[in-house]
Amino acid sequence: MKIPVSYCFRNLLTRRLTTTLTASGMALVVFVFATILMLAEGIRKTLVNTGSFDNVIVVRRASGSEVQSGIDRHQAFIVETQPEITIGRDGQRLLSKEMVVIINLPKRGSAKLSNVIIRGVSEKPLLLRPQVALMEGRMPRAGSLEIIAGKGIAKRFKGCGVGETLRFGVRDWTVVGVFSAGNTGFSSEIWGDVDQLMQAFRRPVYSSITCKLRDSADFEKMKRRIEDDPRLTLEVKREVQYYADQSEMMTKFLRILGLSLTIIFSLGAMIGATITMYAAVANRTSEIGTLRALGFRRRNVLLAFLVESMLMSVMGGCLGLFFASFMQFFTVSTVNWQTFSELAFSFTLTGEIVYKAILFSALMGFIGGFLPAFRASRMNIVDALRTR
Amino acid sequence: MHVLKLIFRNALRHKLRAVLTVLGITIAILAFGVLRTLVTAWYSGVNASSSTRLVTRNSISLAFFLPVSYKEKIRQITGVKVVSHAIWFNGSYISEKNFIPNFAVEPKTFLALYPEYALPDDQRDAFFRDRMAAIAGRKVAQRFNWKVGDAISLKGTIFPGTWDFVIRGIYAGTEKSTDETQLFFHWDYLNERLKKTVPRRADQTGFYLIGIDNPARAAEISAAVDETFKNSLAETLTETEKAFQMSFVTMTEAIVTVIQIVSFLVIIIIMAVVANTMAMTARERIGEYSIMKTLGFGGMHIAGLILGESLMITMAGCALGVILTFPAAKYFGHTMGNFFPVFHVSTTTVYFDIVASLIVALAAAAFPTWSAVNIRIADGLRKIG
Repeated sequence: MKIPVSYCFRNLLTRRLTTTLTASGMALVVFVFATILMLAEGIRKTLVNTGSFDNVIVVRRASGSEVQSGIDRHQAFIVETQPEITIGRDGQRLLSKEMVVIINLPKRGSAKLSNVIIRGVSEKPLLLRPQVALMEGRMPRAGSLEIIAGKGIAKRFKGCGVGETLRFGVRDWTVVGVFSAGNTGFSSEIWGDVDQLMQAFRRPVYSSITCKLRDSADFEKMKRRIEDDPRLTLEVKREVQYYADQSEMMTKFLRILGLSLTIIFSLGAMIGATITMYAAVANRTSEIGTLRALGFRRRNVLLAFLVESMLMSVMGGCLGLFFASFMQFFTVSTVNWQTFSELAFSFTLTGEIVYKAILFSALMGFIGGFLPAFRASRMNIVDALRTR
Repeated sequence: MHVLKLIFRNALRHKLRAVLTVLGITIAILAFGVLRTLVTAWYSGVNASSSTRLVTRNSISLAFFLPVSYKEKIRQITGVKVVSHAIWFNGSYISEKNFIPNFAVEPKTFLALYPEYALPDDQRDAFFRDRMAAIAGRKVAQRFNWKVGDAISLKGTIFPGTWDFVIRGIYAGTEKSTDETQLFFHWDYLNERLKKTVPRRADQTGFYLIGIDNPARAAEISAAVDETFKNSLAETLTETEKAFQMSFVTMTEAIVTVIQIVSFLVIIIIMAVVANTMAMTARERIGEYSIMKTLGFGGMHIAGLILGESLMITMAGCALGVILTFPAAKYFGHTMGNFFPVFHVSTTTVYFDIVASLIVALAAAAFPTWSAVNIRIADGLRKIG
């Protein structure tokens, strides 16, 4: 016969202060655990969403990121003629030769400088990137000193709203539109005409070439041909892979930090649970004796105390998760070390994180409650009944 | 004296509980200490910077270079003592996982500007003489087991190709805050090769380092430098070394803030644990407190007993935690050396530890004290368990 769960639950209710304190300790641990996972997930999602699977990006070998890469016009021409590239409605190949540079811009309000990516694009950047849409204003005219800003940039940086002007490369650039790229890295960029920008920055080389494949399966073929070509010193990656690599260092750092923090924090919370449960067992010695005398078995008593501890910790866990879910309203911006440029992202809660957090809190309750529950189950009936 | 003895005995009445609570505090203080050290490490570059050094870079961003011809023009500005320049080379050693900060510098002026990178005289001369020479910090040399005379090669990311160097010196920092994980080599070596391979990138440098004699004139000299190159193709932005380093920290401000918040959360978690212990203790002893009250001891006396016990437990945990922080930080600094060149526990961190545990002790004792002081004697005596 099992001891009913309501018995465990009511026991928690009788000592409200202690239960609340222990559970809130657990709640904080789960809050930290969930928040850091959400942060890492947010960065990963933002960068991975940035790429499309059918798109291929070509950069200079060993450059790691577009910012450090350089492809001269001669090499770009060879890449342009690859037969695997889709042909668009106008008969032209769907590809964008781009120049990516980082410039310092002051933030609105604080005037602190931060690094922003400027991407020089060819006329049809939107065909390659269906996730990008114009929110306000219009697209820049080809060959003009007009730029459009990502919505993350327009809000946070001085001079990036529609109608405002920015000065860099000894020229004044007018912002004629704001674009949204959803939850992707493009939302933290400024786009302009590639030829104008190359002139302004006196950089005669492209940074990267992005193109769309006619058939996704052709990737290996194209990759091999370009990478084996002795005239080219280039590297070919799927866009998705490229952006996943960009987030690697950041997510790794956050994961290590998050993992070590939660392990240390959970030790503290588990000690709290152990103290509480030991006290619960000590206070209820005669009760345990009675239960045993009534015919409940040792394992029933063990289970009852374990369930009590786990109930408490899962309650704490749910509370922590509840507060952590509010973090989704915040947008954080930081500089990605690998690309050295500003990236805005939000905390992202996924089903997997919810599941992990609840499991984690149950585990804390289990470990914290095990020793006390074990002591309770080992009690001698007569001795237990004799205590007052 | 008797009171202290009573507090001590009280604290140890439930040995297991006391030990667990102390352990909990130890862990929390340890975590708090390591996190504070992490934040300090984040600012290490800022703390290591000197007020007599300015940094001039391209006003567009660090990714754009400046002509090397600016050097002489900057030197002519009054107040400028030494001018050196450097390029962030960002080469990787063997694999991309082995991150070493490496710079191409103008050796003589660079070492004159940075006296904290201490080299033996013979090694310094050897470094100056050989164009392929490089000097490495003590920590990085240890990590890869480099000795003076070893040949190494870096794979360029910004400057493609394989670049060979000979280690001619290993520098040690004269101060605790000096970064000993860097590698420096001759700017000439880089430039000569660029002249042959990519001529359009030759004769340029990443940023200028300017030594000035009077820190009070930093703003004035910075303005003079920027004025000189105004309306040129490469306009400059000059700031103090501190501001320059700070701009790197503010980039990742969000992460520093998260770590700071989290470091306070761990204190709150442990507050809950200690408060729980004290609440349980006080509840069990409510009868005793009533008896003491009957005997004529005042409320303040009982408050002192509870607070004293709370303090004793927290302080024991705090002491253990502080002691353990040092080896923990050492270990952490060793494994995370890639991210943080300087990782040591500062005295401020220790003070923070002590203040945090005092707050925990006070907060934890507050509620039980209040209920023990206010309970009526008859009620207290009636209560069991």
